[in-house]
Amino acid sequence: MGLKILTEHINVPGIETLEVYRKHGGYKSVEKALKTMSPEEVVEEVKTSGLRGRGGAGFPAGMKWSFLAKPEGVPRYLVCNADESEPGTFKDRWYMEKNPHGLIEGMITSSYALGANTSYIYIRGELMFILRILEKAIAEAYAAGLLGKNILGSGYDLDLHVAPGGGAYICGEETALLESLEGKRGNPRNKPPFPAVKGLFQRPTVVNNVETISSVPWIVNNSGAEYAKVGIGRSTGTKLISASGNINNPGVYEIELGVPVEEFIYSDEYCGGIWKGRQLKAVVPGGSSVPILPANLILKTAEGEQRLMTYESLSDGGFVTGSMMGSGAFIVFDEAQCIVRNTWNYSRFYHHESCGQCSPCREGTGWMEKVLHRIEYGHGHQQDIDLLVSVAKQIEGNTICPLGDAAAWPVAAAIRHFRDEFEWHIKHPKEATAPGAVYRGQLDAVTA
Amino acid sequence: MAETINEVKFSDAAMAEMQRYISHYPEDRHKSALLPILHIAQAEFGGWVSPEVMDKIAEILDIQPIEVYEVATFYTMFNLKPVGKHVLEVCRTGPCALRGSDELIDTLKRKLNIEEGETTADGMFTLKPVECLASCGTGPMLQVRELFYENIDSEERVDEFLAMMRQKEHEIPTWAQ
Repeated sequence: MGLKILTEHINVPGIETLEVYRKHGGYKSVEKALKTMSPEEVVEEVKTSGLRGRGGAGFPAGMKWSFLAKPEGVPRYLVCNADESEPGTFKDRWYMEKNPHGLIEGMITSSYALGANTSYIYIRGELMFILRILEKAIAEAYAAGLLGKNILGSGYDLDLHVAPGGGAYICGEETALLESLEGKRGNPRNKPPFPAVKGLFQRPTVVNNVETISSVPWIVNNSGAEYAKVGIGRSTGTKLISASGNINNPGVYEIELGVPVEEFIYSDEYCGGIWKGRQLKAVVPGGSSVPILPANLILKTAEGEQRLMTYESLSDGGFVTGSMMGSGAFIVFDEAQCIVRNTWNYSRFYHHESCGQCSPCREGTGWMEKVLHRIEYGHGHQQDIDLLVSVAKQIEGNTICPLGDAAAWPVAAAIRHFRDEFEWHIKHPKEATAPGAVYRGQLDAVTA
Repeated sequence: MAETINEVKFSDAAMAEMQRYISHYPEDRHKSALLPILHIAQAEFGGWVSPEVMDKIAEILDIQPIEVYEVATFYTMFNLKPVGKHVLEVCRTGPCALRGSDELIDTLKRKLNIEEGETTADGMFTLKPVECLASCGTGPMLQVRELFYENIDSEERVDEFLAMMRQKEHEIPTWAQ
């Protein structure tokens, strides 16, 4: 079963109410931190825990906290990034819907650690129904003296607000999020200055993902050292995995980092195997931005070692034979799926979501979408494959924010691992565009 | 033009809700409430925001109208043209596509006899494919106003859904109740 740090009580009826949440140990970390620990001690525990940012970048959360500038007399902010928009990712939405107090407790304890007296949860506008769940829970917390002035008599004040976005993937990037929270277009800012120095309203700000913040109460209650015992190596703790695609049991699973990928796909405890009795063709293990891997490389590394659900194991082999943990969005493809069509779909997404600020991304994503569209619809040229590789290379690393990389990587990886499928589309347009046609050469090679 | 602007009048409930959002930000940072206010305006005025409504928002926030236009045109949730009673926002992104969102969009087009971005002649439905809605485990799915309708994976489910929507009154946002 494994330890459940975030989801132990998630299926308890009424856990979304303060009363039931408290009955199951809720808000203990607020009491402990505010009454018995200094803010610095909370930061130290989070550092010791090895908790890494759960939004996708995997940067150590405690270290991010320690970068926060603390100029005298200037307010600081904690902003929760609930703009969950990475295709394949739905863990935060699920968690907030079921257990809103889990996030609010994390916000209070974390805000105390950072010395913030006003904090915001920026949630994507499409999740307005969850904004209402959070606001209801926040109102309960205010009424119970867990928010507002002099929380639990500790002398610490905190106001917590929820703010909706407007439907823009780019606002998941932390500086675009801050622009959006200020009522502007979501154009990412140049860094430096980093948000830790000049963030929301040009004041020091920490931006953390929902899951990251929600992990803090357990760390405060049980100590960072205990948290660090869970998982493997630098992949400490548990992770929420959003499992989607062609599997029997799509959903969100909390795993101890280190579960073998093969077990995660085939065990009934998790994905329950490939649906309709089909075979596994490929997996995108960390959200649409990370490289796709064919069945053989997701189950085992290039050296033949078992691939594990950890930051290190999923990226073993770099981008040549590995991928990334990303946001933990595990997208599974069965043998009937067309890689060209899927790559075109993702390119359309990134073209649609590019903010337009940097030319390589604004123009390049459009080029990739167009070229992939013509290959998918039977009008591709032989040189198109190299053209795609070239465009992807010219976007990568040449933009203000990582959306450019996120758009380039999936295309480059699809061609790296499924080049013969692209060639087949170009050489045999008639067969490739027939209804339901799928190239099977790769699969046969993989399963032979 | 001033006369037209004066015609835009928010309900008291909407005004109160807008003021609540404005109060979440520092005194000199009221513009921060622009996105929530655009959402409130869109719900208040039939699912879209007209230039007149945007001008009124600029007046409320004491900012230039262009500051509202540039934001409303950036974020895809804000409709800048009139829409049908129910805007069907169908997720078309990868994970949903693996579970049949292309088929869902095709079925809706066929049954409603409209193309993407169009509204049915009776003004009931607008079809608006959108990108990932964080519902990948329950695709194919779509959103209508604040609610998700998930696992619409067969023609029967589409029929059930459309019949239900035809019965459904315009949902009233919580703040307006």
